[in-house]
Amino acid sequence: MNVLVPLVVLVPLVGAATALILGKSPRAQRLVAILALAIVLVIGSVMLWAVDTVGPLMMEVGGWAAPFGIVLIVDRLAALMVVVSAIVLLAVLIFSIGQGLADGDRETPVSIYYPAYLILATGVFNAFIAGDLFNLYVGFEILLVSSYVLITLGGTEARIRAGTTYIVVSLVSSMLFLASIAMIYGAVGTVNIAQISLRMQDIPVDVQILLHIMLLVAFGIKAAIFPLSFWLPDSYPTAPAPVTAVFAGLLTKVGVYAIIRTETIIFPGSELNTPLMIVALLTMVIGVLGAVAQADIKRLLSFTLVSHIGYMILGISLGSEIGTAAAIFYIVHHIVVQTTLFLSTGLIERQGGSTSITKLGGLLKAAPVIAVLFFVPALNLGGIPPFSGFIGKLALFEATAEQGTALAWVLIGAGALVSLLTLYALMRVWNLAFWRPAEDVEGYESDLLDNVREAPGAGTVQKKRTIPALMIGATAGMVVVSLALTVFAGPLFGISARAGENLETPDTYVQIVFPGGADD
Amino acid sequence: MSVSVVLLIVMAVLYACGIYLLLERSMTRVLLGFLLVGNATNLLILIMAGKAGLAPIVADGVTADEMTDPLPEALILTAIVITFGVSAFLMALIYRSWRLAREDNLEDDADDIAMRDGSMIIPGEGSDDPSSGPDEPDTEFPVHTEGGDAR
Repeated sequence: MNVLVPLVVLVPLVGAATALILGKSPRAQRLVAILALAIVLVIGSVMLWAVDTVGPLMMEVGGWAAPFGIVLIVDRLAALMVVVSAIVLLAVLIFSIGQGLADGDRETPVSIYYPAYLILATGVFNAFIAGDLFNLYVGFEILLVSSYVLITLGGTEARIRAGTTYIVVSLVSSMLFLASIAMIYGAVGTVNIAQISLRMQDIPVDVQILLHIMLLVAFGIKAAIFPLSFWLPDSYPTAPAPVTAVFAGLLTKVGVYAIIRTETIIFPGSELNTPLMIVALLTMVIGVLGAVAQADIKRLLSFTLVSHIGYMILGISLGSEIGTAAAIFYIVHHIVVQTTLFLSTGLIERQGGSTSITKLGGLLKAAPVIAVLFFVPALNLGGIPPFSGFIGKLALFEATAEQGTALAWVLIGAGALVSLLTLYALMRVWNLAFWRPAEDVEGYESDLLDNVREAPGAGTVQKKRTIPALMIGATAGMVVVSLALTVFAGPLFGISARAGENLETPDTYVQIVFPGGADD
Repeated sequence: MSVSVVLLIVMAVLYACGIYLLLERSMTRVLLGFLLVGNATNLLILIMAGKAGLAPIVADGVTADEMTDPLPEALILTAIVITFGVSAFLMALIYRSWRLAREDNLEDDADDIAMRDGSMIIPGEGSDDPSSGPDEPDTEFPVHTEGGDAR
């Protein structure tokens, strides 16, 4: 079974190389890309089953024993993240294939799209299974470099400008991460996460806090936590719709995943839990206030993305088993729902010719299918029962209430308020873009539009295009997956709870790497 | 742990200059800043390796205490390769940016200018600026369409 572990990285990487060689034939490229991600999905599902029933998987790359070689580790959290990411990557791939088939991407340099996409997948999977801090850094670099390519795809002026901000910010965060690895190596003399966990306890607390903050800032930039979130709403919306969908769903969550590992295994202490709670509060509130003021749906969704990262940080900052479990459940829910919303926004853009709510109207009548595909995930993100968003938020609030401090109650109140404001922002989109008759769009007066600001040049109406069945199918598939998260919330939360249990006792993780105990 | 003061000073200077350049507006300077910061970080890893010693080759008469720690050097090599790849990409980006705009500077965000001037467009007052619409072709290469949906 351990043999499966490196395959989740190898398969997409080999797929990327094959797709690059097959650059002349888009059809073969598509086949290779779908095949590679489907294989990863199958392997991931098998691993999730094996990890949950038998025990964690571990692979020493090249046969070098643990503290000297690189280890790949799949525990419950890693397996769950691999499965969800594979589902999302596959759905977005099918969506983009549908878009490419309709618009025609032959002989344009977009033939690098599929290889870059598969390398992005490689980086994401590598980051999830890394048992070594430096390997985690390499995973981050792989996914970041391919995301640089994807965000500037085609090289239009707007994308180069937005991409430059994104790239420079990411470079700074990578350098900070590398510097933190150097400092951690200087302090404990290892980069193996399990061994760091063992040795970090002997380090003076002030040095620990310094290293801890450096890692958190590096990951916080990637996860878009306030005040390090400014780059996200600026850069994501300009990329092509499928790219934005996969970035929004996955890339920030890789940062959150790294924060979970940092908080639970590397620094299991609770010195920074209160500052993290305050940061979570600010991320939630400021993110959603940004969302309320946006007229463009893509920008609006980018701000809700920032805001909902706050919920995950809240769960992590509690430092309890149930808090971590709720955060994991919320991550899974949010990856699926946020991607679905960006995909249906891609459909809205094709149908209505714009993503600005001031220009859209009458979509319910014109495209009832898109209306359903937008409405269900919108309610889900807003936290309406019985969807998974409600379950996730309820679990988070229960975990927070267990703490019982004044700050915890403030966070619960803010969480409920943010959830309502998210719902307000999304329902305004629904009212204006779907419910408002198309003929009312000109000179429309409403309280709903009073406080909305629109960026200059945004919201230009472009040509409406036909919507291929593949795009509808991929989005519908994601909606079904998000509903499945609701139906199977029990088993899913069971896995999350067991993952949270494992994470809050770092010894479990150390045992995976050093079954016989470390000779420290 | 003993630290070489010279390396420490060089690292500090590289970091200072690199961060100064990263904050510049010109993309070429940002690239140079990135290179300096990258090398400063490599030096930091080297400093963390501790005292320099003999080559870490198992041979007669060489004990482990006398050897240099080889792992940080492996980390530095990996980091250099990554920095190299990213700089190549940045140069391509700068060239593309220069091809498009004939200038090297990162432009102001249109949103920020509008916010500063207080001239954000309020919907309903209808002043559309079609200057940078999303309908521009995604590439400068000829777009071939299959469905006859020529743009």
